[in-house]
This record gives sequence, C-alpha cells and structure tokens, in this order.
Amino acid sequence: MSMHGPVATHRSATGVPTGRLAVWWLMASEIFIFGGLVACFILFKLNGTPGFEDASLTSLTAGAVNTFVLLTSSLSVVMAHAAIEKGDRDKSFLYIWYTIGGGFVFLGIKAYEYTGKIIHGHVITENLFWSFYYTMTGLHALHVIGGMVIMALISFDIRKGHNYQRVELIGIYWHFVDLIWIFLFPLLYIANF
Amino acid sequence: MSEAYAHPNYVKIWIWLLVLLGLSVSGPMLEIPTLTIITAFGIAVVKAFLVAANFMHLKFEKKIIWFLLIMCFCMLGVFFFGVAPDIMMTEGDQWIDCIADKSCVEQRL
Repeated sequence: MSMHGPVATHRSATGVPTGRLAVWWLMASEIFIFGGLVACFILFKLNGTPGFEDASLTSLTAGAVNTFVLLTSSLSVVMAHAAIEKGDRDKSFLYIWYTIGGGFVFLGIKAYEYTGKIIHGHVITENLFWSFYYTMTGLHALHVIGGMVIMALISFDIRKGHNYQRVELIGIYWHFVDLIWIFLFPLLYIANF
Repeated sequence: MSEAYAHPNYVKIWIWLLVLLGLSVSGPMLEIPTLTIITAFGIAVVKAFLVAANFMHLKFEKKIIWFLLIMCFCMLGVFFFGVAPDIMMTEGDQWIDCIADKSCVEQRL
C-alpha cells in the first residue's frame, strides 16, 4: 500500500493511526455543534414555543428519500474502503464517485425543498422553527458539500496510487454526516405535532 | 491504513437500515403521538448505532475512541441540563419578562 504524505498520517502514538484519531477528534467537535442545536431545538419544542407546529409543513417524502440516498451513499463509501484495502483502485474510485453522486442527489432534493418553502413565504426569519430548520439543514448541507469536494480530491489521489488510508478517513466523516441526518429526519420531518 | 479485520456484510446492514427507515416513516400513520416519538427517535438511535458500529468500524476501534465519544455525549448532557432551566422555567422571582411588561423598550428609550 502507498504511504506517501505527512508522517502524522501513519504514525500511531495511541494505537490508533494519528490521521484517523484526528478525524475522530473532528467528529467530537461536530457532536457539540449539531448536538447543541438539536438540544436547543428539543428544549424550545418541549416548552411549547410558538411556530414549532410548522414542522407539519415539511415534506416527509422528501426527507425519507434523502435519508435513503444518504444511507445508500454510506454503503458505497464503505465499499470504496473495502475495495482499496484489497488494492482495487479502479473499483474504489468508482464507489467514491457513486457516493459523490449521492451527495448531488441529496443536495438537489434539498434545493427543491428550500425553493418550495421560500416560495410559500417560509423563510429563516419567519419563526423559531424555520430558523432551526434552515440553520440545521443548511449547516448539514455545507458538510455534505465539503465531504464531496474532499472525496473528489481523494479519488484522483488514489488513482495515482497515493494516500489509500484517506479513503477510510473520508468514509468516517461521510458516515458521520449520515448520522446527523438520521437524527435531523425525525426531528424536522416526523415529530410534527 | 486500518488494521486487519473481517469486514461485516455491508449490504445486509444497509438492508436493515432501509427496513428501519420504512418503520420510522410508517410510525406517524398510526397517528399516536407518543408512539411516533418512540418509533422515530428509538429507531434513529438503532440506525445510528448500526452505522457507527459497522460502517464507521467503531466496534473495531480502540477504547480511547469510545472514551472520547462517551465524554462528548456526557458533556452534551451537562449542556442540555444546564441550559434547560433557562428555556423551560420562565416563572419565578428572578425572571423578568421585559417583552411582556415593555420594560426593555423603556430601557432602550
């Protein structure tokens, strides 16, 4: 396997390769970013704050399809990891691009949803529910975009035979983005009462 | 690159995740709010565990990673219960609803 790149990428002081440990630290910080938002959302909802009944206006179908898309993209990125462990660069490259494709589908559905909501006057300043809705889903979408860009860069790198370990690292990140959505889905699309 | 371990059957896990997604979507159709919350969030926790354990390979990770994540959730719990009184308890001697009594408007003037 190829081990080009910074020493920290493959050095291990804790038993976990430092690159992977760094990704887990990043995930730890993300838990606070999204966890803080989710915690505040739940508290305001439990408190009966006006506006939260607007959750009934979100599209359960769009949310469910997007969950399906992200779960499937998670499968393809883990298959990319399994393929690169066997040294199959082409297969891994292909699976990474399936994942990026999933990201595009997710963003397309999200853009469709946003457009419909904005046309009907449900903008970020309407009430607290829509503030949370756009902040949480928007921040999540930014993470999706970031993951897609990094995955594209990694895909070309592994095709040249460099930095195979990065497929696992971006995989962990992408699964985490999926995990966030797994919790945003019931919060914003199902618990609408 | 990761250490050697047997990869789980990812397709099988994916199918389980889709079954759970189907259950969480069908929950609201019963129109029982309490049941909907239990199915939606309960299933979300199970789905999250399946993804973390198998796709993120958390079940193969060293204890330090588990420790790191558990500490994060504990701190998040502290945050939740620390902030909860501010949001949930708006009655009491020390609370002033300046919007209702318009005192914050007067202060600005």
